[in-house]
Amino acid sequence: MIADLLASAVRLFAGARSRRSEALSINQEANRPRVYFANHTSNLDFVLLWAALPKPLRDQTRPAAAHDYWTASPPRRWLAAKVFRAVLIERKHVTRTNNPLDQMGAVLAEGESLIIFPEGGRFPGPAPGPFKSGLYHLTHRYPATELVPVYIENLNRVLPKGEVLPIPLICSVSFGAPLPQVTDETKDAFLQRARAALDALRTDSPRS
Amino acid sequence: MTLISHDPEIRRLLGGLLGLLTVASAIGAVLSITTKGDGGRAIVANLNARTRAWWVMAAFFTLAVLAGPNGAVVLFGLMSFLALREFITLTPTHRADHRALFWAFFIITPVHYWLVASRWYGLFSIFIPVYACLWMPIRNALAGETKDFLARTAKVQWGLLVCVFFVSHAPALLMLDIPGYDGENAKLLFFLVIVVQMSDVLQYVWGKLCGRHKIAPRVSPGKTVEGLVGGVTSATGLGASLWWLTPFNPWQAAGMAFAICAMGFFGGLVMSAIKRDRGVKDFGAMIEGHGGMLDRIDSLCFAAPLFFHLVRFGFAQ
Repeated sequence: MIADLLASAVRLFAGARSRRSEALSINQEANRPRVYFANHTSNLDFVLLWAALPKPLRDQTRPAAAHDYWTASPPRRWLAAKVFRAVLIERKHVTRTNNPLDQMGAVLAEGESLIIFPEGGRFPGPAPGPFKSGLYHLTHRYPATELVPVYIENLNRVLPKGEVLPIPLICSVSFGAPLPQVTDETKDAFLQRARAALDALRTDSPRS
Repeated sequence: MTLISHDPEIRRLLGGLLGLLTVASAIGAVLSITTKGDGGRAIVANLNARTRAWWVMAAFFTLAVLAGPNGAVVLFGLMSFLALREFITLTPTHRADHRALFWAFFIITPVHYWLVASRWYGLFSIFIPVYACLWMPIRNALAGETKDFLARTAKVQWGLLVCVFFVSHAPALLMLDIPGYDGENAKLLFFLVIVVQMSDVLQYVWGKLCGRHKIAPRVSPGKTVEGLVGGVTSATGLGASLWWLTPFNPWQAAGMAFAICAMGFFGGLVMSAIKRDRGVKDFGAMIEGHGGMLDRIDSLCFAAPLFFHLVRFGFAQ
């Protein structure tokens, strides 16, 4: 309930227009979880992507988010746990017991989907930055997962790095077709292919 | 002061509007059954989407105006906010503009509409053109980024002028004191909006029916001499026939309507030039069948200030 209201409010504020590839079904196949991987330009990215998902998909999708940020205060902890059901990832002290891949894998194993940002940090430019290898390892362990590229546009202008107050520009969220599976692909080739699929969703609209 | 909704002229006007939209919907319904062929169907579908949008817009506008002066101010304030948002979205801005843009959206726009609501004409007329236009470059200079400084600052200033200041002259009609027209100013707002929007519609219709000679093929390929002449003439006639709504006599009403149509045309032309430069067709996608808010009110942005001043200097105390 609160989650639905929040999602509507986010869509309203961001004027979010979502574009969905014809090849991406609204209904997720049973036992075929998805990993939505997106460009990361703003702290609000996963909130907007999450809000732009149709409700049935949103209810079974969990964003991966930074543990240190989302446990820093009680309201954040509440939002992360109750509203977004975020998978909190340790960024600084990764050990054998809190390996992010295990955490994310557990979500996929339960049939739920994930939102991740494979650039590994916020990247200001319109073109996505180079991907870290997490996406590759994840798909290697769980080959049944559908990998869906999602390009988020304009959100870095709504809330640029270092700013606290957002401005209400119109954002768009483009969902691409799931990445086709290729067998015997090297890590670098896979990461480049995934990044190219994401970059291809960028509309050539005029922006600096 | 009686409630504006009890005014017999308002009732006649709303009745006419209701009738017009009903007829348009009926024609659309008949056409959607009788039209064959994909091309024709696409045009009819577009026409019906436009008609539906007109119902929504007419309902919003009527409710806001009937709610009293503050209703109209709030409605136009929201329209300005949405128009500014589309304008800034399509305008390349720099990260360093962020704070200035925050001011434009959340401080300058609300304060300006508060001035309209409080009928403070003196400050209303200088707040954005002087003080906001001074503050934007100051704020940007404080942000410290010098690249494209003049262009960046000018874009924010221009957005504020067109989307906020110019448009706000429509609800500002409510602050004028016109002898013998006390408490009836909302009808001037109806007059302005009806003439400017019908001028757009009629130019479109005349252009589709017999448009041949393009006026500005590079800026707006859809605009033709035939559409312009036919649309402006018929909308001027429509304005003249609405003289009973206004403090004008029929000739004055015709002159006012002509001025509104002419400025409305130029407003559309200027906004088309901006859109073309940015490589887009519409500013946004707010209302089905239409572009965005700014696409709807581009003619109003330019027509409202001139109409306001013609009334203020010609008819008000």
